[in-house]
Amino acid sequence: MDTARFWIVSFIVAVVILVLTRWLIGNEYYFFAAYQVLQFIVLATAWNILGGYTGYTNFGTGAFFAVGAYTAVVLHKTTSLPVPVMMLVGGIMSGIVGFGMGYLTLRLKGVFFAIATLALAIVAQTLIVNWDYVGGSRGIYVIRPQQSPLYGSYIQYLYSLMLTLTWISVAVARTIERSTLGLGFNAIRDDEQAAEAAGVPTLRLKLISTTLSGALMGMSGAPLPYYVTYLDPASSFNLSYAVNSVAMPLIGGMTSWIGPVIGAILLGTIQQLATVTISSALNLLIVGVLLIVFVVIAPNGIVGLVQSRRRARLR
Amino acid sequence: MAAPILEVSGLGKRFGGFVALENIDITVVTGERLGLIGPNGSGKSTLVNCLSGTLHHDSGNIVFDGRPIDGMPAYQRTRLGLARSFQLPKPFRSLNLLDNLRIPLLYTVNARHGAHLAGAAIDERCRALLADVGLAEKALHLPRDLTQVEMRKLELARAVASAPRLLFADEAMAGLSPSEIEEILVVLFRLNEQGITIVLIEHIMRAVMSFSTRLVVLVAGQKIADGAPQEAIRNPEVERAYLGE
Repeated sequence: MDTARFWIVSFIVAVVILVLTRWLIGNEYYFFAAYQVLQFIVLATAWNILGGYTGYTNFGTGAFFAVGAYTAVVLHKTTSLPVPVMMLVGGIMSGIVGFGMGYLTLRLKGVFFAIATLALAIVAQTLIVNWDYVGGSRGIYVIRPQQSPLYGSYIQYLYSLMLTLTWISVAVARTIERSTLGLGFNAIRDDEQAAEAAGVPTLRLKLISTTLSGALMGMSGAPLPYYVTYLDPASSFNLSYAVNSVAMPLIGGMTSWIGPVIGAILLGTIQQLATVTISSALNLLIVGVLLIVFVVIAPNGIVGLVQSRRRARLR
Repeated sequence: MAAPILEVSGLGKRFGGFVALENIDITVVTGERLGLIGPNGSGKSTLVNCLSGTLHHDSGNIVFDGRPIDGMPAYQRTRLGLARSFQLPKPFRSLNLLDNLRIPLLYTVNARHGAHLAGAAIDERCRALLADVGLAEKALHLPRDLTQVEMRKLELARAVASAPRLLFADEAMAGLSPSEIEEILVVLFRLNEQGITIVLIEHIMRAVMSFSTRLVVLVAGQKIADGAPQEAIRNPEVERAYLGE
């Protein structure tokens, strides 16, 4: 399927999902839960652009996500912009953070880069905790409007926004995967020196990757204040965002756009189920156990498992 | 005499207190086959790294095709037409052979002014390049399926894919059997006939002597001989470096 057709087909799929869910589901909770799963698809897909395609492990997902969320908080206090615009601005802000991180850490590789991203998350959290205007460590209440600007309830509105963002993120990832840019990312992941020698401007491509990845993470964080209505640093910088956005592509498969989607749906749904049926404290444990299982039995994720089965059958 | 394609003057590189290269002057003439030899640790690879932009030199000047390229990043040098292969093959492991060659075509050939290759033309060119080094059959395989000698050929093919004017072949034959060395030499001779100037960095004297039209000898970061191969190896300093007093 060529890129243009993928955009159209995925758009149709998104619309069908939107219509079907609106038509079939009456219980508000399901939209609430679906929002979470979609948000994780965006985070995992965004993470995979840098982590899977380009080969740079980012443990700072929480920071990018929270930059988006707190951008929305500031905009909420100062303006009355609609949420989609806030998402755009949040994306730009965290894109800038991504660019800055890429620029400062471009000499670091492998585990050193990963540690630097972890440090970034801590620095960002410290800044927010000490910034009184956005609530500091106390957190802040965000009163969501009574009425949805489109249809249905406000949660349904946020859900449709997140679904739209999911469509865009997945289509962007798929587009990159099949493009010259994506091939350049892969070259960097496999061997940076060889990539340079083959004419790939590695610095520029890494900056594109960190910026794009950060921007998508920020966009997915921007509606968060309206979703939770009470935002505090401990929840917005939660470790679970970083862990999940690493674990989901790992479990789904990092080489293709579908991997993070599968991983996010699988892990996201299991966690939602566990939250409701057992306890929310179990979430990270589930992620950890699944991660260990997959690292042992399928190091290339579900997609890798399917691919190697298929290749074995061809032989 | 043909025009120089590469002029290196006073090149120096140190790693902390260790002087890896000192005051190197080398001129490479268009179309020639230059052999670069020297004992282990004499600075051959450092020199290639400095010239191709993988490392940056501390002093001196590099002029490629009449244009100074000091401080220029590696990818720009490749785009100018200065390609290299690596001593230890560095294939793009997750990509098949076709995609391995597609990268230099997309990022080097298409980044230059003039001819812009489209999808089908690139595919065709990749297959032709693979066929040139006898890897056509394995176009869709991953590099891990290749043997050592095939890996070296892929390394050369990827360097050649960028359509270079000057190619540094950094120990393309180390660890290969005599018949495999012959295979690589055939490839290199053919590339030279196609108009690519080649600098061969090599330990295997038989290969260097049969390939080179001129020989440069490095010892301990200094150039101690430069001239016709037979004369260069009879140079007393070279004998001393290789055989001892």
